[in-house]
Order: sequence, then structure tokens, then C-alpha cells
Amino acid sequence: MTVRTATEATHPSDDIVGMSHHDTLARKILVIYLPLAAFLFVLLFPFYWMAITAVKPNDQLTNYETYSPFWVVRPTLDHIKYLLFETSYPGWLWNTVIVAVCSTVIALAASVFAAYAIERVRFTGARVTGLLVFLAYLIPPSILFIPLAFIVFQVGIFDSRLALILTYPTFLIPFCTWLLMGYFRSIPFELEESALVDGATRWQILTKIVLPLAVPGLISAGIFAFTLAWNEFIYALTFIQSSENKTVPVGVLTELVRGDVYEWGSLMAGALLGSLPVVILYSFFVDYYVSSMTGAVKE
Amino acid sequence: MSVSTASPPAGTKASFFERLSQSRNGLGLLFMLPAALFLLCFLTYPLGLGVWLGFTDTMIGRPGIFIGLENYEYLWHDRVFWMSVFNTVVYTAVASVLKFVLGLWLAIILNEHLPFKTFFRAIILLPWVVPTVLSALAFWWIYDSQFSIISFVLMKAGLISAPINFLGDPTNARLSVIAANVWRGIPFVAISLLAGLQTIPASLHEAAALDGATSWQRFRSITLPLLTPIIAVVMTFSVLFTFTDFQLIYVLTKGGPVNATHLMATLSFQRGIPGGALGEGAAIAVAMVPFLLAAILFSFFGLQRRRWQQGGSD
Repeated sequence: MTVRTATEATHPSDDIVGMSHHDTLARKILVIYLPLAAFLFVLLFPFYWMAITAVKPNDQLTNYETYSPFWVVRPTLDHIKYLLFETSYPGWLWNTVIVAVCSTVIALAASVFAAYAIERVRFTGARVTGLLVFLAYLIPPSILFIPLAFIVFQVGIFDSRLALILTYPTFLIPFCTWLLMGYFRSIPFELEESALVDGATRWQILTKIVLPLAVPGLISAGIFAFTLAWNEFIYALTFIQSSENKTVPVGVLTELVRGDVYEWGSLMAGALLGSLPVVILYSFFVDYYVSSMTGAVKE
Repeated sequence: MSVSTASPPAGTKASFFERLSQSRNGLGLLFMLPAALFLLCFLTYPLGLGVWLGFTDTMIGRPGIFIGLENYEYLWHDRVFWMSVFNTVVYTAVASVLKFVLGLWLAIILNEHLPFKTFFRAIILLPWVVPTVLSALAFWWIYDSQFSIISFVLMKAGLISAPINFLGDPTNARLSVIAANVWRGIPFVAISLLAGLQTIPASLHEAAALDGATSWQRFRSITLPLLTPIIAVVMTFSVLFTFTDFQLIYVLTKGGPVNATHLMATLSFQRGIPGGALGEGAAIAVAMVPFLLAAILFSFFGLQRRRWQQGGSD
């Protein structure tokens, strides 16, 4: 049985290198390495700038004449210390973790059933439902946040983590369902048929055959959903009022920016720390991440 | 499909769930239920509610009454609203074109045989992985009116004499937010297109090269046509995300200076949440829909080649 793994994606590797001997080294440097270096520099510089600002002592931050702005003399952890012990930052981190984990788990559970039903149970109208799920994915949060704020207020969960946990699945479920549908499609039908013949119930087929085979898909969907939930901004900004319930992106922007005095050091430290969890997660699962990104686009 | 839609279980003792899970439609319904419930309550219902709110004068803390098209009439004569429409269209068009050109270029570079290819591919995605608000904060600092590192470098190089006012001047501000958006969007376009490029067999390029095609001709007649289906999808997504962008503007300019960078999404937020006029904010959000549909249809059908163009039937 051949189940497509995430790393293979769908493209057959074509390793014909026939023409590369036409390239001279000079041409290669000019056409490939120089532009690549420029791209890398532009794409990565903001992160370097973020990181170096986060460890710069205040007197070096804006004094470009005495100190080179690109380097730091006597790096300091003061900004990070300030962030962790004198602001609500740890609380925001904790909120973000809870909200992201809970909404991801809810979305994954609902999506597994939905994707299996659409792809394999094939009830009447399954294809239309699949299309509707895809359309739901195209509805942007920026046209939903006002009516959602209205609903959240009426239900009485305004300014609570529950408001975010319940609303985030609206953009996570369509994405996860769409992705998992692709994975379920790649699992051969014969496996399920033979299990049915052996007397397995639908539930057993789902838990003992389909899900174990779809683990790469589950990981892809889970990681991607977690990242989306972690990065979400407009709902968190709209539905959360009190400082102790804020998520990292909202907290950093609304609480660390005070008046006209920008504490760039702690702001950048906050941005850096808030990015680290997703970056670490990403670095462990790059291939799953890429496959979920390209997989969602390809279908 | 070999699942029997099944004779009802013998005896009427079978529970409701058992009978439900025996029929294909019953089981489908049962499995769809959690997802459908979420999407109906928090997606479909708000969508309808948003349209309804657009016809009312609801304020925060005060239920509104139906006022017909008054919100839309007001917006029709509102110069700030039209400014935001103009900004959104320009922002989407310029940023999408730049993202496409630069993303395709980067994808082609990455498709070459390079050492550490997987490593490059991994770090190039970073701008897309990091929360937008947090990377936008870094741009805010890079665009600082006094201590911008770009101004500093250009001044050292003798190209300018005073720091550039990146976010304080309308034109500069527009260009700056577009640049930040392009920075964040390139990785998505590049990596998706790279996946498409890898499906194009190198033998096609070889055959064309043997026939004497230049590299531009090969790009024009092999790479581009074979890549169009995926370009259409990637750019549709890219246009969708750019058109509805909120975070970047909210962090960098909050719509300023003098509304020069307000997008429809940020204007809708500003009027609806801090301004309290939920009805008007919802009306702006609803007004986005036709533009959004037009943009999506344009990028999807405009970019996707019909089959007959590729020599097939229909």
C-alpha cells in the first residue's frame, strides 16, 4: 500500500541535470547567487534588526554616531527581564497558548469527521458540501468581525478567552477540512472495503485504519491551524478588552506602546519572544508546513 | 462504494444512533454535525447578521432600527470612504503584481540546483510564519521617522541629507505599507510556485534548448504556460489576503496620515469598534464584498487559461 507522505508531496522528482553544464560559474553567480543573496538579505534583515534591538542597552539604541547600529556592544537582557517581570507579557503568552491549543483541537476534531464524511461516507450532497467548505475558507475575518463582536457580546462571552476559542475554528475548520479531504482521498478505498467485509464498523474503520494512515495530514493541519490561531489579530483585538485576557500580538501592540515614548527595546523583545514558539514549531515540521501550504493551494 | 445502505436492524430495539449510523446519509449528517454547527453559528449567521447590521443604525450598547440604505447613502457621499476604496484597490494591485514578479523570480532561483536548497527554502518562509503584527512592529521600527536604519544607511552613503519621513507623508506611507506587505507575501508566492515549477519536467527544457530556444523563449513558452493553473490559484489567494488586509495597516499607520493609507477593512474597524457605529462599520465591510468578488474573479479567470487556449476542446 502506498500512502503519499507529506515530503513526497505530489511532484515526481525529475533529476535530469543535463543542461547545467552550460552554465559558467560567472553566469551562475550573476543570475542565481547574487539575486538569491539579495532576497535572503531583504527577507531576513527585519528579524536581525528585531533581535539586535531586543538586546541593545537603551543608550545604544538611538546613538548611531558612537555605536554602529548594526552591532551591539555589551548586550543586555534588561528588555526581556522587564517584559517578563514587570508587564503582563507572561499572561498574554499563556492566553495565546491556551486559545491556540484549544481552538486547534476543536477544529481538528470537527474537521476529521467532516472531511471523512465528505470524502468517504459520500452522503447525498457531499460534493456540494465540500465546495461550501472551500468557499467558507475564502470568507475573510475582516468582514466578519463586526457581526461576530455583536454575537459574542449577546452570548455574554465578550472579553473572555472562550470568545476566541469559539470563533477561531470558523477559519480553522474550513482550512483543516479541505486539507484532510485531500489526505483521505489518497488512502486506497480497498483498505476500507476489506475492513467492511471483515465486519468492522464505520467508527472502527475511521479510528483504526484511516486516521493512522492520515497522521501526516493531521500533523500538517494541526501545525498550520496552530500557527493561524497564534497569529490571529483582528478578532482578538475586537473581542478582548481587559489586559489580562489579551493575546501576545494584541498585548504587545496595545499595552507596550504608550504615548510617544516608544520603548523599542522591550517592543522588539516582545515581538521576538512572541514569534519564537511558532518559529520553533515550524523548524521542527518544515516539510509538513510546506506540504500543507502548497496542498491547500493545489486542490 | 460497497457500503450497503442497509436494511434496518432487526427488531425496533436498536437505538436511535444505531439506526442513524446504519444509513449513509444519517452517518454523514452525524459526522458533519460538529463542523456544520460551528460554521453555521459563527460563519453563516454572522455573515447574514453583517448584511442586516449594514441596514441598521446599531451603535455599541444600543440596539438599532432598520434604516434602509441610509448607511450606504452616507458612505456614497463620504470622501474618506472613497479614499479607502481607492487605497485598497491600489494597495492590492501594486502589492499583488510585485509579489507575483518577485515571488516567481525567487521560485525560479530556488528551482536551480543549489547547495543547501532545503535550508534556503526553510528560512525563506520565515516572514510568512511569524505573526504579522510582530513582524510589522519590526517594520515600524525600521520606518521610524528619526532613527530609521534605512535613512541612516542612505545618509551615510550620501544619497539623502535628512531622514526619510516614511510613515508621515501620504505617498511615502503608501509605498512603505506596500513594501511591508510585499515582504510578507513573497515567501508564500515563491514556495507555492516552486512546488509548481518542480512538476515541470526538465526534459521539456532540454528538448527546447536543443531546438535552439533561448532561455527567455523557454520561460515564455514552457514554464509560464505550464505554471498558469497554479499561478491562478496562488494569485487568487494572494489578492484575497491583500484586499482584506488589516493587521499591517493597523500597526504601521492606523490609516494615517490623514486617512492616506486607510483600507476598507481598517476603516470598517475604526468606524465600527472605537467609533461605536456598528451599523456603519458593517456597511463598509459589506461594501467590500463586490470589490472582493470582482478581484477574485479577475485574478482567477483572468489568469487561468481556458482549455481551448491550450489546444484542448472546450
